[in-house]
Amino acid sequence: MDIGQLFNDPVGQIRQLLAQLLTSIGLAPQAVDLILMVIGVVIIASFCLLLPLFLIWFERRVVARMQDRVGPNRVGPQGLLQTIADAIKLLIKEDITPTGADKIVYNAAPILSVIAVISMWAVIPFAATIVGTSLNVGALYIVSVGSLGTLAIMMGGWSSNNKYALLGAFRTAAQLVSYEAPLLLSLSVPVLLARSMDLNTIVAAQKDVWFIVAAPVAALIFFLTSVAEVGRTPFDLLEAESEIVAGFHIEYTGMKFGMFFVAEFLHAFTVGALTAILFLGGWQGPFVEQVPLLGVLYFMAKAFAGYFLVILMRAALPRIRIDHMLDFNWKFLVPVALAAIVVTMLGDKLIQTAGIDSAWIRAGLLFLVNAVLAWATYWLLSASARRLRAAEEAAAAGHDPMGGGPDDHGDQAEHAAVAHGDHGPAAASAPAH
Amino acid sequence: MTSNQIIFLITAAATLGAALYVVTARNLVHAALALIATFFGVAIIFVLLQAGFLAAAQVVLYIGAIAILIIFAIMLTRRVMQDTGPQTNRIWGVAAGLSLITFSALLASFRLVPSLQQVTPAAQPSADQVIKSLGFAFVDPNQYLLPFELASVLLLIALIGSIVIAADRK
Repeated sequence: MDIGQLFNDPVGQIRQLLAQLLTSIGLAPQAVDLILMVIGVVIIASFCLLLPLFLIWFERRVVARMQDRVGPNRVGPQGLLQTIADAIKLLIKEDITPTGADKIVYNAAPILSVIAVISMWAVIPFAATIVGTSLNVGALYIVSVGSLGTLAIMMGGWSSNNKYALLGAFRTAAQLVSYEAPLLLSLSVPVLLARSMDLNTIVAAQKDVWFIVAAPVAALIFFLTSVAEVGRTPFDLLEAESEIVAGFHIEYTGMKFGMFFVAEFLHAFTVGALTAILFLGGWQGPFVEQVPLLGVLYFMAKAFAGYFLVILMRAALPRIRIDHMLDFNWKFLVPVALAAIVVTMLGDKLIQTAGIDSAWIRAGLLFLVNAVLAWATYWLLSASARRLRAAEEAAAAGHDPMGGGPDDHGDQAEHAAVAHGDHGPAAASAPAH
Repeated sequence: MTSNQIIFLITAAATLGAALYVVTARNLVHAALALIATFFGVAIIFVLLQAGFLAAAQVVLYIGAIAILIIFAIMLTRRVMQDTGPQTNRIWGVAAGLSLITFSALLASFRLVPSLQQVTPAAQPSADQVIKSLGFAFVDPNQYLLPFELASVLLLIALIGSIVIAADRK
């Protein structure tokens, strides 16, 4: 066997070697296929379950730094082994099932939530040749197994026989199901640009220009809705500590809680990974054609950059209110995502008809189209906010001598926050935030 | 027996069992969860038939949207979830007989279809080709353009109708 080839396509080579070995001891070809598949599944699943050990430590350290603390730094070098200690602690905790809980559903929920996230990694391309399975409907598959996670959260919330948990489950239905709409819509923009739903083909199509240049609006919507799908701050209404204690997982103890926890962290990292694949060129990078293994490095670096952004959002932003959360989705994200699909579709077809071959010119033109879309959205929003404010001022002058004062911001969401909040002299004299 | 056949038999048995549980379960949430298991089993069978797109669409639409809405509606009606009354009424024997006759008729008519008796299927087109031809079939006037557009208009009507009902009139 050629060493150079081993270096270029390690998975394929090892697979070939193992297949030869298994065939030589007299196994049927079908059995060999099955064994190789099981090995592949075990490797990817183990990777996914070990990754959160590092992710949890990483996130705790970053958030601690942002809050002027040190974070875990006692167990192991720089506190790297802290998560392992925590996992052992969770394992030896008492396993409590609340009275009146639905036992089967209660125990199945955390397992399903981990399955849903790990299944996503089956189609994620680490490098051109390192991919679990190259599915021709990969993008759709990601969304479909993602919806199993929603189901797991609702199952956990309902079966716990706890009112807070049930409230968390209701919020889940409102939030996760709503945010799936713009997620799917924004996901179809890179699919449209790459002319394929296979994630590896989508990455390959970003050889010259990343799709974030050609579709910045879709990239932003995809990232925001993915964060909402994970249920992280500012979209952590399903487990809002100050309102419903811990939401859907309030009754879970020990490793069952740990499984929800692991699923959430892995899902947050998956958001970074998917953003990297769909919009940041996945494993594409310099010299990746000569040394395909470099792709793993590029992919992981981009995925971590996305994950880092998720952490920063979590540490910096307050929780959004539930009516704002739904308004933001249905009145802003969904229409903009629909418009983004239409303009990308028309723009791309026109560019193709005009016979422009250069990937850079194509991306540049699409970027201009997106910029026009973003400007039009901003113009519509600020016009609407101005109208609302004028109406409110008129109403305040007419009926309310205390006056809901004008605020200095054109943004509709901020305006709504002031409109729903305190109507006092304080709101008039000082900005609400 | 190939591994595909073994997977098919297990999946089919599990799907049928879950489907039976949907109609016999007394707890509505359990019935809804079994319905999801049934949908999932059907999705696995689609995968075994090389119809990956249908399988993914099945999971997205039936589990991700419809089943979750069903569960949501059931959760909101916590009191009536447990059904304690009898599960059958007086004419269950007649219904069972009629179903059996219909099933036998279907089985007999299926056996007349010639293509089911052939064991070797025609050469499979590649999976990418299948999706492409599916996409073209939806917008081809000679194939499924009319049903496709009618379904879209129907959904649009439902969408607008729900907004009209839910809108608060000032």
